[in-house]
Amino acid sequence: MMGITSSKLISMQQAIAEHVPSGSMVLLGAQLEAMIPFAAGHEIIRQGRRDLTLVGPISDMLFDQMIGAGCVSRVMAAWVGNVSAGMGYCFRRAVERSIPRAIETVDHTNLTIALALHAAAMGVPFMPTYTTLGSDLLKRNANLCEFHSPVNEERLVAVRALRPDVAVVQVQRADASGNAHLWGNLGVAIDGARASRKVIVVAEEIVAPEVIASDPNRTLIPGFLVTAVVHEPCGAHPSSVIGYYGRDHAFFHEYHDQTRELDGFERWSNRWIAEVPSRAAYLQQLGEPRAGNLRVREHAFSAPVDFGF
Amino acid sequence: MTTGVQSGATASRFSRSDLMVVAAAREIHDGEMVFVGMRLPMIAFVVAKRTHAPGAVGLFENGVMRDTPASELLYTMSDPPNLLKASYCGDMLSVMSLLQQGRVNVGFLGAAEVDRFGNLNTTWGSRDAQPIRLPGSGGACDIASLSQRTVVLLEHTRQRLVSRVGHITSPGNGTGNGWRRGQGLPLRSGPSAVITTMGVLRFGEDGEAYLASVHPGVSVEDVLSNTGWTLKVAEDLAVTPEPDAAALAVIRELDPNRFWTKS
Repeated sequence: MMGITSSKLISMQQAIAEHVPSGSMVLLGAQLEAMIPFAAGHEIIRQGRRDLTLVGPISDMLFDQMIGAGCVSRVMAAWVGNVSAGMGYCFRRAVERSIPRAIETVDHTNLTIALALHAAAMGVPFMPTYTTLGSDLLKRNANLCEFHSPVNEERLVAVRALRPDVAVVQVQRADASGNAHLWGNLGVAIDGARASRKVIVVAEEIVAPEVIASDPNRTLIPGFLVTAVVHEPCGAHPSSVIGYYGRDHAFFHEYHDQTRELDGFERWSNRWIAEVPSRAAYLQQLGEPRAGNLRVREHAFSAPVDFGF
Repeated sequence: MTTGVQSGATASRFSRSDLMVVAAAREIHDGEMVFVGMRLPMIAFVVAKRTHAPGAVGLFENGVMRDTPASELLYTMSDPPNLLKASYCGDMLSVMSLLQQGRVNVGFLGAAEVDRFGNLNTTWGSRDAQPIRLPGSGGACDIASLSQRTVVLLEHTRQRLVSRVGHITSPGNGTGNGWRRGQGLPLRSGPSAVITTMGVLRFGEDGEAYLASVHPGVSVEDVLSNTGWTLKVAEDLAVTPEPDAAALAVIRELDPNRFWTKS
């Protein structure tokens, strides 16, 4: 093994305790409906974080849970809800009735969130775009500013750079230094990791550095950007991690049905977050038959690439 | 809700959702680049691919591009069957960049509200005069701003087809012809069709929606009384074609439990 590397492997509990203090701006759910770091979000809830700003394109129902738990004072996202089921009831209660607390919403689109993170990743104050021209999003989001192009006659929107304090990115495999392989749909994960001050990589598997180095094209987050590495198998359930497990669609629909009212959310949250101290305990409660049904039924390996010379 | 009841022979053969899926599929022409979106359009894309538009390419804002249809029902665009054998898996900007270049022919959207000029609201709704916070844009505003043609699918009620949306999440024709250009939105972009549970609306030169076809068994009066403004009706008003057996077979194969296409 070459180079001087030190292990960044720590527990989820420690990673959240050390790197996600109250008041942080946190990027979660960078890969949209897949690979959502639910285990990290649940640990943030258990540790009682407050006044977080959540950043992400959609994050499916994770944002709803964190809002319901009272962790959040502001959401900067394109969409907050439950993708295959519909609305997020905690999000609605918070925005409409300040339950459990009032939250500020900064409404983006998927493209403007991507460009905000891209601007920060590029180290520039904004990125130009045509999207949102004529919309009420442009009028109500102070991070979207109309301007006249300096090189032609067009009007454009400047999307202000967004630099999260910490990005939590779920990946398939990483080495102990944080060099991470991820595949499937990438969403805003690459720019999100580059834009953020700290990066927590949550990996299904920890592998030897040689495995990562064998395919540097797939090393989408280089280890030197990574602050902490957490080994958390099934850390994205009920979302999918391709090559490891599928999406637990029913889990999303059960959450939707059971959290229409506040007391329903509290029961759900006690059962699946408060009363399960770790992801291992969560998986035990989920039960092997259900977890087993989600595992890969038929592998579909890509052809190896040759880095030989 | 089953359509075709009045015509007897077709009763319960297909649902309104089936009809909408097939109408949506017809908006996809062979060889086009399609921003597929969620729910019924995910099925419509597969129907189009396997019937009249085998050369269509599907783009998904999560970073996926496909020139073959997914083999299983999708609940979300990031589900493993949508990644397996995709033509491309990358990041959001690699897909959105093609959209912003103007290379995407048609994009599909849902909405809580659509108005007479095709503006969409997915941010704020209301029930019993109380505001309801909806999930927001996702990629809808991007698609409505940047794709050559936008096709909207929604339930046809007076609450959803309104004279003026309370909040423009995704711009249509604004206040009429010329508005998009005035806002700086790209030329050759804008709303093309609104496929509802009762019919299909299209847009005239003035930027205003008109009723282009009614679904089988639906009367024009039904449509007008369920629309929140005085909807214009095409002189050559058509009846939306029924789904044929080939299209229905694809839908049944993809959604055997009728998760998306029951009603």
